[in-house]
Amino acid sequence: MLDVGRHPNIALLAYSEVEKVDGQAGDFKVTVRRKRRYVDEDKCTGCGACAEKCPTMVPDAFNEGLGSRSAIYSYFAQGIPSTHTIDPDFCRKLNGKKCGICEKVCQADAINFDQEDRIMELTVGAIIIAVGYDVFNPSQIPEYRYREIQNVVTAIEFERLLSASGPTEGHLDRPSDRAVEAEIAGFEKNLKKSKRTLEKLEKKYDEASAQFYNKYQQGQYQDDEDLKKWADRYAAYLTVTKSLDDLKNKAESFSVAKRLAFIQCVGSRDFRFYPFCSGYCCMHSIKEAIIAHEHEPETTSTIFGMDIRAVSKGFEEYKIRGGNHSNITYVRGRVAEITEGPGNNPVVIYEDTQKRQVESQEFDMVILATACAPTKGIVELAKVFGVELDEYNFIRTSPLSPVDTTIPGIFVCGCAESPMDVPESVAQASSAAERAAEIAIPLESEKEKAVA
Amino acid sequence: MEALSDYSETLPNVTFVQRNLYSCSEGGINEIKNGIKEQNLNRVVVASCTPRTHEPLFRSSCEEAGLNPYLFEMVNIRDQCSWVHMREQEDGTAKAKDLIRMGVAKAALLQPQESITSEVCARALVIGGGIAGMTASTALARRGYEVVLVEKEENLGGMLNHLNKLGPTMIDANDLMEEKIQEIVQHANITVFTQSRVTAVQGFIGKFEADIETQSGVKKIDIGVILMATGGNAFVPEGLYGYDGQRVITQLEMEQLLKNGLDSDIKNVVMIQCVGSRNQERPYCSRICCQTAVKNAILIKDHNPDTRVSIIYRDMQMYGVENEEMFRDSKAKGVRYIHYDPARPPQMESDQVRVYHSLLGREMALPMDLVVLSTPLVAPEDAGITSQILRVPVDENGFFLEGHVKLKPLDFATDGIFLCGSARFPANIRETVAQGLGAASRASIPLSRGSVVVEPIISVLADEDACRGCGLCVALCPYGALEIRHTEKGRKVHVIDVACKGCGVCAATCYQHALTINSYTDQQLEAQIDAFLD
Repeated sequence: MLDVGRHPNIALLAYSEVEKVDGQAGDFKVTVRRKRRYVDEDKCTGCGACAEKCPTMVPDAFNEGLGSRSAIYSYFAQGIPSTHTIDPDFCRKLNGKKCGICEKVCQADAINFDQEDRIMELTVGAIIIAVGYDVFNPSQIPEYRYREIQNVVTAIEFERLLSASGPTEGHLDRPSDRAVEAEIAGFEKNLKKSKRTLEKLEKKYDEASAQFYNKYQQGQYQDDEDLKKWADRYAAYLTVTKSLDDLKNKAESFSVAKRLAFIQCVGSRDFRFYPFCSGYCCMHSIKEAIIAHEHEPETTSTIFGMDIRAVSKGFEEYKIRGGNHSNITYVRGRVAEITEGPGNNPVVIYEDTQKRQVESQEFDMVILATACAPTKGIVELAKVFGVELDEYNFIRTSPLSPVDTTIPGIFVCGCAESPMDVPESVAQASSAAERAAEIAIPLESEKEKAVA
Repeated sequence: MEALSDYSETLPNVTFVQRNLYSCSEGGINEIKNGIKEQNLNRVVVASCTPRTHEPLFRSSCEEAGLNPYLFEMVNIRDQCSWVHMREQEDGTAKAKDLIRMGVAKAALLQPQESITSEVCARALVIGGGIAGMTASTALARRGYEVVLVEKEENLGGMLNHLNKLGPTMIDANDLMEEKIQEIVQHANITVFTQSRVTAVQGFIGKFEADIETQSGVKKIDIGVILMATGGNAFVPEGLYGYDGQRVITQLEMEQLLKNGLDSDIKNVVMIQCVGSRNQERPYCSRICCQTAVKNAILIKDHNPDTRVSIIYRDMQMYGVENEEMFRDSKAKGVRYIHYDPARPPQMESDQVRVYHSLLGREMALPMDLVVLSTPLVAPEDAGITSQILRVPVDENGFFLEGHVKLKPLDFATDGIFLCGSARFPANIRETVAQGLGAASRASIPLSRGSVVVEPIISVLADEDACRGCGLCVALCPYGALEIRHTEKGRKVHVIDVACKGCGVCAATCYQHALTINSYTDQQLEAQIDAFLD
């Protein structure tokens, strides 16, 4: 990524969209909309001072909503370019409120609330589409109760939980436990505030709240409005303290997730959604299970799948190693349902097709290996570029021209073409670069002809 | 982290310490550049992840800030501390301190180096004339580069010569082959040597010299880059499941039967998957055998819908969009799938195959007129020799080993040598074509630039007087980068800069200590050892 940002031959137009394509192979005219960031790209140094001071916190899309970020942000810490962007949906100033703190703290004078979208015209010889894919939204599968059961997460969410730079710093804290901890933090904040108010009152009347409240309850001071407020405050304080204690007691028993279930083919190989195999998910689950085990050696993982497709170099060996050294059990079967058991533990109900028995098993967390879905805007994008899509909305190619779209001079690579893993995407990117170069770079001999 | 940065501040020669969450991010890089400018630094040490991926970045950042890039030292505390000592945090931190101290000690003695530029001959050598090699050759030729294509067999085409139709679109392998061969033969930029072998390769990126043993004698040809497209061979299952090449055949032999038109007497076909693969001897999954079996099953069904076809499998590896589609299609056409457990493999009887269907939990007897064994692709027998000639590695299964499994799938670690197709790992037609194009793209980078910049971390004759011209280093150099020259001072070793990889074998061998390695001098290494013992 950094290579892309630094290469002298690459002009990086991030936060931009292609609106129109005219012309033909060797001479395309491309209209690009550079969306307004409200930050001047040429001035912003990416120092992050604005994000530090921004008072508005919003769910962090990079961390799959598991953490939070400020309304002025860079998508993630190593993002290229590091230019920050103001999220117009949340920014106080852009929503008519008083703020503008970022503008004050920015030493580069890069904040520009009046910035507009800019339209650019590019002339290019060839085009490569590499728009990737979307993670299938498993809420569409009612029997897996994603979002209903907190400890059922997608493989990508789990990836963020496993990441040392993620919202849990790599600890497998369960979402249900994190929710309780967030509640505790909320109550504590609340208590701190009411404690301060109570202290003021205690000072004013020179009496401890408990003592006062005792008397109050016995019927004293009932007609004094101010004292009644004190009593109400103290009563509320006691209720919150009680709830907090209960939650804290509950939180004491929390530990990181150690019993993991991975469910394969969530949305893939499923006639209701995508009949195709997404290719990479089996290995992704095995990798996540191995890393979870590296973090916490007591971790056990069960991978539920119809076929475990470990088909690239070293993959089968990796799968076996996961079984032998990382406590992974592979169960052949499709999971029928997930329910919630005691202690927020998801319960997986499945048929073990090799035992020919319907079984159920309780886990600390369930991870859904979701399908590789064609990216949301691909239909409009295909129209803009004039390229054909296949029946699933991936960009159409043929086996003998694996990166050529139906329009000469426009090529495709990666999951925009079909699901594939990193090495395959990297190899395919080189293939697309080759095809594009054949068109975009004139041959020496032809250059000479042109001069003549 | 804080402990480490505090500690670093106490080290001799350290004037400025900066902590970054991601030193490799744009922000981190700017911190380094600003540090160099504002603090007037003359050496930079980064203690973070691996130099393998990040050293070039940090070096060029130093250069951009006006510091010679070789005044940079990297300490790999991620791989060597955080990862391997994940569970011994304190010891890991102590080790990180040791490593940083050593890095700083070495950095103080680093000397500026100038990179070496070398010209690139605009000609590519493609080894192997199958679909991968032919695709790469035509791609490079279209880009205007000269290509020398070497094929050991009589004809181009490789595996295509033996195949019938190619899934999933069922294109005719022969048609495809003829078309590709025509393209090759007609292209003025491509020279083809069939029944030929590459027997020796000398030199380095941009300036290789290859010996090609052709029908008309050995030809020595100057080459800029090399592409390996030597493919794979189908494993012959001698002694497995009564293999006889008649009634029990391989999928490859099935291709021939289908080409000739399947005998109408054959009413019952049984296919067995993972024959000779995913076992102790060959632990890998050969990726393409399931799709081959399904494709051939469909062709049999299309030929005669009444023929019963059963596929006995472990996992149906029908990954992706097209394969899964073909898999569904085959089921619709009535191909039967029977799951077996490798602990209870199918048993061959005179006219039937007995198998324990592990999903039904009972034994079945499948009548058979023909049994087709799906065997893996294996590395060709001569892959080992090729690997020695080119000095590139093979993996534990004999396939060629790419430079980085994820980031450099089509490059070797050695500059200027690339790979594609089943020489790397079994690949289907779509994947092979993609890799052929991809490898051509990678190879075209040095070709189009016309020159390469070579790392100056190489061997140098630091003490000419000490050299006695004994030639021990010359004999040991794995890259042919040393030669003895007769000078006014007598026999002296000479380092061919661009050929040297800086491996250090010569410097370690030289008992006169005449040779040394830039940025790894005895003095620098001793300083590191002393720092460790402090």
